Amino acid sequence: CSSLGTYDLSASTFSPDGRVFQVEYAMKAVENSSTAIAIRCKDGVVFGVEKLVLSKLYEQGSNKRIFNIDRHVGMAVAGLLADARSLSEVARDEASSFRSSYGHDIPLKHLSDRVAMYVHAYTLYSAVRPFGCSFILGSYDKDDGPQLYMVDPSGISHGYWGCAIGKAKQAAKTEIEKLQMKEMTCRELVKEVAKIIYIVHDEVKDKAFELELSWVGEVTNGRHQLIPEEVRQEAEKYAKDSLEEEDDSDEDNM
Amino acid sequence: MLQETGTEWLSQEVKTGTTIIAVEFDGGVVLGSDSRVSAGASVVNRVMNKLSPLHDKIYCALSGSAADAQTIAEVVHYQLDVHSIEIDEDPQVRSAATLVRNISYKYKEELSAHLIVAGWDRRDGGQVFATLSGLLTRQPFAVGGSGSSHVYGFVDAEFRGGMSKEECQQFVVNTLSLAINRDGSSGGVAYIVSIDEHGTEEKVVLGNDLPTFFDQ
Repeated sequence: CSSLGTYDLSASTFSPDGRVFQVEYAMKAVENSSTAIAIRCKDGVVFGVEKLVLSKLYEQGSNKRIFNIDRHVGMAVAGLLADARSLSEVARDEASSFRSSYGHDIPLKHLSDRVAMYVHAYTLYSAVRPFGCSFILGSYDKDDGPQLYMVDPSGISHGYWGCAIGKAKQAAKTEIEKLQMKEMTCRELVKEVAKIIYIVHDEVKDKAFELELSWVGEVTNGRHQLIPEEVRQEAEKYAKDSLEEEDDSDEDNM
Repeated sequence: MLQETGTEWLSQEVKTGTTIIAVEFDGGVVLGSDSRVSAGASVVNRVMNKLSPLHDKIYCALSGSAADAQTIAEVVHYQLDVHSIEIDEDPQVRSAATLVRNISYKYKEELSAHLIVAGWDRRDGGQVFATLSGLLTRQPFAVGGSGSSHVYGFVDAEFRGGMSKEECQQFVVNTLSLAINRDGSSGGVAYIVSIDEHGTEEKVVLGNDLPTFFDQ
């Protein structure tokens, strides 16, 4: 999929085979980023992000990749972090403006549609470049239940039961598909999400990483929050133990 | 006794003098209004329906300046049309009330109207909201218009929670009748709208069918 001639210089140009290369290049930026996943279960949504730590001098917990959009919506991102931060502000403004006008929480599909429309607008003109990030939005509402949507740089959004973005998204999707998420609760799911991030993390190419975990569901009364310390420790322990088991079983095969 | 040359009514503001009321019951709401529109001492319309639809299951009751109230209702009707298509479901009563309140508050110096918003949605069932002067408050029932001051005692004494739809309709019609009897700016017929999950029902109670009290 190499570009032909001069069709890849601006987002306002189609290639002869009907592609907009600038948008495809933006998606490459997402693929080079570390992985983020989110899974929707019976009573909520759990987010997990593999946050690569490039220097030991960084303060722990800086450059978070999970954002709060209003009280009831969480957003996990992959790609150019500055682009993602800018879009989180857009999402916050949309949610805030909706609440001002209509007096209640913004429905997640509507928020997803509005931000996707904004992202899409940046794929139409040569004066700007597309956003180099994808993001996953999740929420929980006692009437509508848990919802999960993902938006990519082309401005498309889909609803999901489980979703992965970033460099190991294929491996993560394979693991996610093994789960029966519709029958699980958030508490059960946190451990699985932590395990998947540990599984897809490449020890050789990328060294240290921080696991960012958050959830929104019945367990949090509909508020999106970072996972509490005891739950996170239990989840990380489960993840590390599962990996050791797999290592051990590999040795047996020899 | 009334020293008028006869043309004052042409220049006086057209007000829906009015009595309006909305009551919540378990599963829906009942709205009611009189039908008199006055310009000064003149009745310019004796059969105006002051219960205006904002959406299939959300209505508002108009009082104050007829033009201001109607315009707010029409604008919010349009906004809810767009909103319901954008979110792909029926709007919440709270949304309708918030839209009305936002206009009433922003233009409170220029406008002179009070709308009561009431309806049914699948999340919270029947709801009544008052938006007087640009506030927003949910209430078990609300009354408004010039006739309402004559019936505060009646509604405060007679309202009970847990009434059925039919009891609410009777309560509304009794209130309107008493207000019409005492308030010169209220009169004509009574319009009643009942909304629940099954649909919306509009009814008219003609003048001579209104309940009578001690003086009739």
